[in-house]
Amino acid sequence: MKRIAALALVCATPAAFPVAAEELNALVWCDHTDPALLEPFEAANDVTVNVKEYEGTAAGMAILDQSAPGDWDVMVVDSVDVARVAAAGKLAPIPAEALPTGDFFPELVMAAQNVIDGKTYAVTEKFGYNTISYDKTKVDPADMEDMAALTSGKYDGKIGIYDYYLPVLGLVGLGQGVATADLNVGALEGLKAPLMALRKASKQVSDVVSSQTALATGEVDIVVGGGEWLTAVLAADNPNLDWTIPKQGGLRWTQSIGVVAGTTKPDLALKFVQYITSAEGQAALAQSSCYWGMPANMKAGALLSDEAKAVLRWDMQPDYLARAQLYPVPDAATDTAMQDLWTEMLNQ
Amino acid sequence: MSDERRLALALVSPALLWTLAFFAVPFAAMLLLSFAHMEGRTVVQGLSLANYAKALGEPSHLKALINSVEITVTVTVVSVALAWPLAATIAWSVPARWQRAALLMAVLPFWTSYVVRSYSWALVLGKNGVVNQAFGAVGLGPFELASTRFATVLGFTHFFVMLLTLTIYANLIQLSPNYARAAQDLGAGRLRTLWHVILPLTLPGIVTGAFVTFVLCIGDYITPQILGGNTELTLPQLIMLQMGRGGNFPMASALSVILMAVVTLAYAASARWLRLDRL
Repeated sequence: MKRIAALALVCATPAAFPVAAEELNALVWCDHTDPALLEPFEAANDVTVNVKEYEGTAAGMAILDQSAPGDWDVMVVDSVDVARVAAAGKLAPIPAEALPTGDFFPELVMAAQNVIDGKTYAVTEKFGYNTISYDKTKVDPADMEDMAALTSGKYDGKIGIYDYYLPVLGLVGLGQGVATADLNVGALEGLKAPLMALRKASKQVSDVVSSQTALATGEVDIVVGGGEWLTAVLAADNPNLDWTIPKQGGLRWTQSIGVVAGTTKPDLALKFVQYITSAEGQAALAQSSCYWGMPANMKAGALLSDEAKAVLRWDMQPDYLARAQLYPVPDAATDTAMQDLWTEMLNQ
Repeated sequence: MSDERRLALALVSPALLWTLAFFAVPFAAMLLLSFAHMEGRTVVQGLSLANYAKALGEPSHLKALINSVEITVTVTVVSVALAWPLAATIAWSVPARWQRAALLMAVLPFWTSYVVRSYSWALVLGKNGVVNQAFGAVGLGPFELASTRFATVLGFTHFFVMLLTLTIYANLIQLSPNYARAAQDLGAGRLRTLWHVILPLTLPGIVTGAFVTFVLCIGDYITPQILGGNTELTLPQLIMLQMGRGGNFPMASALSVILMAVVTLAYAASARWLRLDRL
């Protein structure tokens, strides 16, 4: 009897759990693992999207290096690193006319980053800001409009720093009047003292989850390098958490998506890119359970609730986009110098 | 070759191949890579010692190594000091039929995810966490416990006391009570018996557990990252920093080789008493 029941279960399984006709392998950041984002595409195209998370462009490229051509179909990449990944032959050109960039915020088309030698290798999908997040019941919001307040002594021991050297060094640079595009080995020398001062005033340097936890539990009252991506998922439970772009400016992070070179399913891969950059895909991606961020496609606004738009500061985007600078794009020597300065700061 | 030797080779070859494929070859590749250098973003193979010079010569890099060794030694010593009495209590004072349950209780925290446990400690030690609330109830604190070396050591110790308790218990339970009786018959007091007879006899269990603690602790990235709050950098964190965005794999390899060298030194120091069959 048990055998018959087991056999019936095995026979019934394919019917109960239909297997998709095709699979798409995506190398992504954690916001693309949300079923609410993937399921509509899977259902519409009878496909299973297999996702693998990675952090850091070098780590993503190492995964591609260790894979056979055709293993991966699409890849999410830091927009400022698209040229680097494309130059390594990891991205395939995609037809620009197939992308809805006409509906994008003009600043987010980012042809300088996504288009190389006239060929489009990726398309911007999401953006946000690395600025200052804070608990407005614990700090004076007016103070947060000026980066100098962070090292004034008033908030010593109440500051957390986001553990990623690029945006934080970019912010420290802005505080010193150095544009992110001008950050090089020479300019870093001038950032050492203010970075060390910021470290001295801070309690911890931590990753995304630890920074969120610290802000939510009152371990720190301010996170330098934070932004909507840090506070938005906590907004419902803790409306006191806020963020701003200080008068010195903030950094804009952007992520792009492209088709991996060597994919055996270029049409399906492009279809996925089109879905992600469509209004529907953009609205889901903006509110991903891992982290929120602004959609590049303005038409997603029609699908977002007023509450979600308020959390994302939809109406403030013209002002924010004008005041925020792109991430620094360091050459290899500057990158190493930045890492060394960061290491020195952590071990001071 | 005799049939017996051929059979022995056949029996040992799967393990040998496994070790070759998943340890010896990758380690050789890592060693080779550690002598390479970066030109722009490209790894250029060579025989340069520049990565080692930087790792051991640059104060901030050397500090990471020193931090790792200091934390690991502290954790190992504290864990042994706590695990030995616990193991002894279970082996000698708990009735035989309850010993299994007592050991189960001791290792119960193993069943929780390592990452979840670390985040839990971060919450417990926080400014508004349970510990500071308890201190606050008696008019003390709040104390800065989270994001400190203390938090890292505590998180590690919580984990490794369980491991050490098992290895030391395994040693103690095999010890015949006649050794203690003989020592006391010859006039030794309880402390003297413990110091001169019991402790030396349990040394293999202690050293084996301590060595495993040392190896796991010095190579751990998660606990210092979550509990230490990056108030200081350890060697595994520095290795991760080389790989994340920059992709400086030669430097990361050199730091990893140094890490392995420290572990090898620890092995050499403890080899005399090491009994890996106790694990």
